[in-house]
Amino acid sequence: MHGRLKVKTSEEQAKAKRLEREQKLKLYQSATQTVFQKRQAGELDESVLELTSQILGANPDFATLWNCRREVLQQLEAQKSPEELAALVKTELGFLESCLRVNPKSYGTWHHRCWLLSRLPEPNWARELELCARFLEVDERNFHCWDYRRFVATQAAVPPAEELAFTDSLITRNFSNYSSWHYRSCLLPQLHPQPDSGSQGRLPEDVLLKELELVQNAFFTDPNDQSAWFYHRWLLGRADPQDALRCLHVSRDEACLTVSFSRPILVGSGTETLLLMVDESPLAVEWRTPDGRTRPSHVWLCDLPAASLNDQLPQHTFRVIWTAGDAQKECVLLKGRQEGWCRDSATDEQLFRCELSVEKSTVLQSELESCKELQELEPENKWCLLTIILLMRALDPLLYEKETLQYFQTLKAVDPMRAAYLDDLRSKFLVENSVLKMEYAEVRVLHLGHKDLTVLCHLEQLLLVTHLDLSHNRLRALPPALAALRCLEVLQANDNTIESLDGVANLPRLRELSLCNNRLQQPTVLQPLVSCPKLVLLHLQGNPLCQAVGASEHLAELLPSINSILT
Amino acid sequence: MADNLPSEFDVIVIGTGLPESIIAAACSRSGQRVLHVDSRSYYGGNWASFSFSGILSWLKEYQENSDIVNESPAWQEQILENEEAIALSRKDKTIQHVEVFCYASQDLHEDVEEAGALQKNHASVISGNPTEAAHSACLPSEDESLCSVICEVPREQTPSSDLETALEIHDVEVTGEKEKYYDNKTCVKSGSEEETSENVPTEEDTALQPKKNRITYSQIIREGRKFNIDLVSKLLYSRGLLIDLLIKSNVSRYAEFKNITRILAFREGRVEQVPCSRADVFNSKQLTMVEKRMLMKFLTFCMEYEKHPDQYKAYEEITFSEYLKTQKLTPSLQYFVLHSIAMTSEKASNTIEGLKATKNFLHCLGRYGNTPFLFPLYGQGELPQCFCRMCAVFGGIYCLRHSVQCLVVDKESRKCKAIIDQFGQRIISKHFLVEDSYFSENTCSHVQYRQISRSVLITDRSVLKTDSDQQISILTVPGEEPGTFAVRVIELCPSTMTCMKGTYLVHLTCTSSKTAREDLEPVVRKLFTPYTETEIENEEVEKPRLLWALYFNMRDSSDVSRNSYNDLPSNVYVCSGPDGGLGNDNAVKQAEILFQLICPNEDFCPPPPNPEDIIIDGDSLQPEASEFSVIPEANSETPKESTSLGNPEEDSR
Repeated sequence: MHGRLKVKTSEEQAKAKRLEREQKLKLYQSATQTVFQKRQAGELDESVLELTSQILGANPDFATLWNCRREVLQQLEAQKSPEELAALVKTELGFLESCLRVNPKSYGTWHHRCWLLSRLPEPNWARELELCARFLEVDERNFHCWDYRRFVATQAAVPPAEELAFTDSLITRNFSNYSSWHYRSCLLPQLHPQPDSGSQGRLPEDVLLKELELVQNAFFTDPNDQSAWFYHRWLLGRADPQDALRCLHVSRDEACLTVSFSRPILVGSGTETLLLMVDESPLAVEWRTPDGRTRPSHVWLCDLPAASLNDQLPQHTFRVIWTAGDAQKECVLLKGRQEGWCRDSATDEQLFRCELSVEKSTVLQSELESCKELQELEPENKWCLLTIILLMRALDPLLYEKETLQYFQTLKAVDPMRAAYLDDLRSKFLVENSVLKMEYAEVRVLHLGHKDLTVLCHLEQLLLVTHLDLSHNRLRALPPALAALRCLEVLQANDNTIESLDGVANLPRLRELSLCNNRLQQPTVLQPLVSCPKLVLLHLQGNPLCQAVGASEHLAELLPSINSILT
Repeated sequence: MADNLPSEFDVIVIGTGLPESIIAAACSRSGQRVLHVDSRSYYGGNWASFSFSGILSWLKEYQENSDIVNESPAWQEQILENEEAIALSRKDKTIQHVEVFCYASQDLHEDVEEAGALQKNHASVISGNPTEAAHSACLPSEDESLCSVICEVPREQTPSSDLETALEIHDVEVTGEKEKYYDNKTCVKSGSEEETSENVPTEEDTALQPKKNRITYSQIIREGRKFNIDLVSKLLYSRGLLIDLLIKSNVSRYAEFKNITRILAFREGRVEQVPCSRADVFNSKQLTMVEKRMLMKFLTFCMEYEKHPDQYKAYEEITFSEYLKTQKLTPSLQYFVLHSIAMTSEKASNTIEGLKATKNFLHCLGRYGNTPFLFPLYGQGELPQCFCRMCAVFGGIYCLRHSVQCLVVDKESRKCKAIIDQFGQRIISKHFLVEDSYFSENTCSHVQYRQISRSVLITDRSVLKTDSDQQISILTVPGEEPGTFAVRVIELCPSTMTCMKGTYLVHLTCTSSKTAREDLEPVVRKLFTPYTETEIENEEVEKPRLLWALYFNMRDSSDVSRNSYNDLPSNVYVCSGPDGGLGNDNAVKQAEILFQLICPNEDFCPPPPNPEDIIIDGDSLQPEASEFSVIPEANSETPKESTSLGNPEEDSR
């Protein structure tokens, strides 16, 4: 027929394709084999470059072959004249670019380019920046290329202002770009260094306000885009707190000194060193954690020799120096007193580190207002709700307590997938609030009952608490960190769903423990209680283990020192 | 040579406009023997693009066209007793009210010529007549200097036909007085053209003196080849039927595209950018935070409005503009959505139509960039040629400057059986596809047409300045008074390869209510200011300056039903000229319907087979080879950053 093309049938096509594939595979395999043989024989010459480039050109993710190439190039560096080397490098750069076009997200290729550039005597960084710009033009979210760009910018000492302008241009194109926002968070502190804050430091207010406007533009445009919210949180976030000793407690009865730190540390040889000065002279002691396990912990304690607790003297001074953290704390044990302590109060705003915080609460306040405005338009946006909660925490946790709980309820309804996370977060905030209230009242009794708690946190802040009520919550365990409560005498944890008691161990002053209506199954879960020397009263009513035949006898046998076990 | 043409085909296509070209390609692709002819010297008919000298020649042709007296119909002798003839028209009546104004200083010398010898659209391609080809290839230069001053071409329908002279020059004297801007009394007769040029202070060599941004007429002439002036101003919707067809048929490989960079609105006397994509909304300085949210929320809703009937069901009976008032949108947002996104007007659409249009706009957004539209590099006129190329690759035969005198109809069967061409050759075919401008008065006596008002301007800067001067913009200016229509303005920058450096090519289009100039001049006046000497001193002129302006009306036959033509045999199919709409869906739909009539049950423009799958016979011509012999070389100087169509979803692997 006139003009009608004759076309292979699909069967013929498939056959042709298969043959082609087989041919390709053969070539690939033989080239690979030759490279490996040559490498083994130490023949690292240009033929290896040629062979590897055939393979890498088609499949740039063959990491071993990149290694081969590096070996060859290193070898050739020694043998070739500068002119020859320059030509070699030029070819290599061109080859790398062609590989990147095959796969712009190839780890090996980008790495090889880094390696090559850092070996050059006079690398052309301008061309590299241009290359990055071109690749980001194609895919503005290629984080491999972003990584490489940061490397190049650092090497070439590109002024941060220029790089910031570059991120501007890409955010303008598409603000849904984690890499670009992240790069801003690295560049801005460099551009506006603030005294007394590290690399994660705060920004001057005018810069901060400009960034907040930018990011607000993003989340008002698309409130479901996470990248903007994350950057928002970084902007309002606070630098990590300074290392500090939070509380120091000495007990004459237990001949024991307890310290709590601002972050979990591991004390021991080769790690952190703690110095104890008793009455200004050093005293060598053994440090251990309250639960006896050697791992990073907020709380460390040591036994004191009788000499340093001598009641004849009017007072003893105890000073703990944390050498690495460049921090120390001192407390005094007066004559006739059982204990002495010194601590930072939770009512000091530094103690419970909020997710969000800036110098000026006016900034937070105005952020809260715009978020509330957005929330009215988007009542079901989880990012907005969460940010409102965090802002309220940062502004005034007690004032906003009720409102915060309502927002939590809405948030849980719109984001059921993260209900457990939200419950835990809510528990954390409630514990913080209760601790604050306790300290304002200047008592050592903490009520955490009827709060729907799912998790216990900040226990390291409760070193001095004597009475703790955890009843009517949703706790499933009394966690190991509870062992930090060295002064605890009475613990009530009725009406929870507690199954394990790991934390109720080594509590030197615990007298009374109520665990009614929980889910304690086996008497063996009570084992940790053995290590509490003063425990005399134990309420176990309403637990499965009470149902067992001969339960009380069994328990009496297990816990001989407890006078009365009620089942 | 013409008598070398085969005497038998399956399909004869008369006219090389977009729908005809698509059908020709589709038929040829399906194995039909296709003859594609056009009486004009260029491809595309009213879909064509011209260089600057090309458009001047086009204007001149219209002038000459009116003088043509039909030659003695020699063909009638060939009609047998059992046949009758449907004579075709030799006169194109689709363009009216052509008016040209030149504002750039005309320091024109006799020797100013367009650089480069061949004109793209005039290069004769496969015309069977080599002498004619030679003739058209080198247009005499005096022709150019003559037509450069043209002109209004009075035609029978022109209201100004009472003027004494046939030629009228709207030569704006460079006096610097705005009052003279549209003053017809400054007209000079064509004979005085030389004097005019003598009056202009002669420059030593204007070419070497670009002077601060001053573009002179001679520069425009000299760089005329940089212009590709479209007769119809359209854009491609990124998810429109034409894009789908270009991709499906792989015709896209013959063309390159650029994304429109911004959508503009004209509000309260100011041009401003319409935020329509996510990035636009984010970057917008004019919207408040809350407006950003409201706009995004509304647009997100429009994307899938069908899923939320509760939000619009109650408003189905009212106009879209009333509906917008019920939504939480500020007046400026309502304006943007109504005029620039849905591209409708206060009264024109109801809620559903408006939502549909908005959805379509948004649906196209982001496929190739931040706006929903693409523009073909080198102009809209490239597109018909791309399909012609495809047709030729599959064996279609092309003849430009080849007119058809009549269709021959068999009296008994009432079917058309052949054509008789200008050389008197009778060519037999099964199907005949005719662009409607070829029909004579007799055939069209009952047809009612609408009109499109068009204007083409060359200006010296963009209507909205930004950091980048390479912006491609679309602006909708709503009709002011009741009964007037919204004017669509498309501003093209030099990187679209349609105008010379330092200029912008602006297309205005609206449905006609009067002549093109009467319809469009008010909008031109709002957006631009005529170029005059004195204002050059004042660099702070806000509006872009006009260097050159062309007005004309084009016939819109897109809604003419086939039944309105007299006595058409069933195997004669009619293609309409361009419609006034922005997209090309109408042409594609038309092409597909007609193709299905010609080749029922055949796939419409399936992708061509891979070259490696083609079995090449020893005796048949290799397809690649025939491609080169038939079709002119595509433009080779293509800018790098252009979009090549591909399925982006697939590319992102």
